[in-house]
Amino acid sequence: MYAQMVDTGVRQVRGAAEMTAEERSFQARIDADVKVEPKDWMPEAYRRTLIRQIQQHAHSEIVGMLPEGNWVTRAPSLKRKAILMAKIQDEGGHGLYLYSAAETLGVSRDDLIAELHAGKARYSSIFNYPTLNWADIGAIGWLVDGAAIMNQIPLCRCSYGPYARAMIRICKEESFHQRQGYDIMMAMARGTAEQKAMAQDALDRWWWPSLMMFGPPDADSVHSAQSTQWKIKLLSNDELRQRFVDQTVPQAEYLGLAVPDPDLKWNAERGHYDFGAIAWEEFYEVLKGNGPCNRERMKTRVKAWEDGAWVREVAMAHARKRAARATAAATAA
Amino acid sequence: MTTEWPLWEIFIRSQHGLAHKHAGSLHAPDAEMAIKNARDVYTRRNEGVSIWAVRSADISASSPGERDALFEPANSKVYRHPTFFPMPDEVKNI
Repeated sequence: MYAQMVDTGVRQVRGAAEMTAEERSFQARIDADVKVEPKDWMPEAYRRTLIRQIQQHAHSEIVGMLPEGNWVTRAPSLKRKAILMAKIQDEGGHGLYLYSAAETLGVSRDDLIAELHAGKARYSSIFNYPTLNWADIGAIGWLVDGAAIMNQIPLCRCSYGPYARAMIRICKEESFHQRQGYDIMMAMARGTAEQKAMAQDALDRWWWPSLMMFGPPDADSVHSAQSTQWKIKLLSNDELRQRFVDQTVPQAEYLGLAVPDPDLKWNAERGHYDFGAIAWEEFYEVLKGNGPCNRERMKTRVKAWEDGAWVREVAMAHARKRAARATAAATAA
Repeated sequence: MTTEWPLWEIFIRSQHGLAHKHAGSLHAPDAEMAIKNARDVYTRRNEGVSIWAVRSADISASSPGERDALFEPANSKVYRHPTFFPMPDEVKNI
C-alpha cells in the first residue's frame, strides 16, 4: 500500500445523529455510491485527509523511481534496459496523475512538493530499502508492484471522483510492472546456481518490507474507521495483506524459491496461509526516517528539484516573453 | 523566485472519428510544452491520435448547486426517447 497510516484528524467516527445536516447529506451520497466531485461540498476533514492520502501516494510514485533508476545503466541487456526505463517513466506518470487529483482539492503542486522535501509529507516505507542486485528489480516489480495493485484495485471504486479515475488509469498500467518483474525472477530462477541465489536473496530481503507496505493491523484505528466510512479505504490492511500472501506464495513456489518465513503454512480450515509475526519496530523506524535509504532518497529528490529550478524559471520567462510579443503584434496590427 | 507553471486540461482523440475526451491535467509553461508533456503523460500506449490542451483557467463549468435547475427539466420529457412510442409487432422497419 502506497498510503500508510493516513491521519484523518478525527478522534472518533460520528453517527448520523451527531452530524450536521450538510454532513448527513454528504454521507448519504457516499453510502449511495455517488462520487464526490471537486466542486461539491465536502467536510473539511474529508478534504484534508484526501490531500494527505493522495499526496502520500503521489510522492511514493516519484520517490519509487529512485531505487529502480539505480539499475538503468547496469541492466543486463538492451531489452531489459528499455523495459525498465518504460516502467520508471510510468511511475513518473502515475505521480503526475495523482498530483493532479490532489490539486483538484485546492492545493498547489509546489506546496505538495515542498511538504515532501520538508519531511512533513510521507511516502511509502518500501522505497527506503536499497536495490543491491539486479534481481531486486525483479523482486520490486513482482512484490512491490503486486502489493500496490492489491491496494489500488479497490481504490478504483473510492468515493472521490478524480482519485478513482487516476487509480483506474494507474491500474491499467501497473499490471505490466508486475509481470515484467516476475519475468526477471523467472529468468534468474531458471539461470545458473549463482543467478538463482541472487533471486532468492532478493526475495529474502523484499518479502517482509512488502508485507509492511499494507501498514500495521488497523482493526482498532479510528482513522481507518473514518476513512472506511468515507469510502476512501475499502478493505482493511490485514485483509489486503492476507490476499497478497495467498496470491504470492504459489508464485514463489513456481519459481522454486523459498519464502523467508518459517511459520508460513497453508491453513485448510481458514482457506488462507498463516504467516509469521511482522517486525513492526522496523516499520516504525523506517517511517521515522531511520530506514537504510531515507536520507539518501530525500537528498536526491531535493537536489533534482533544486537543480531543475532554473529550467522551470527559464521556460516560464520564455513563455511570458512570447505571449507579450504576440499581444504587442496584435495591438500594432 | 518560484513560479509554478500554469495548469492545462488535456483532451485526447483516441481513434479517427471519435471526439476528444478529457484525459487529465498537467502543468506546462505554454501550449506547445503542454502538448509535448501530454504526449508523454497521457499517450505512452498509443492512446491517441490528436491532443487538445486548454488552460484550466479558461474553462467555465456549471456548479453543483445548479444541477437541478439545469438538468431536472429533462426528466419529465420522456417523449424525447423513441421507446416512449410502442410500435405494433406487425409494423416493420420503424
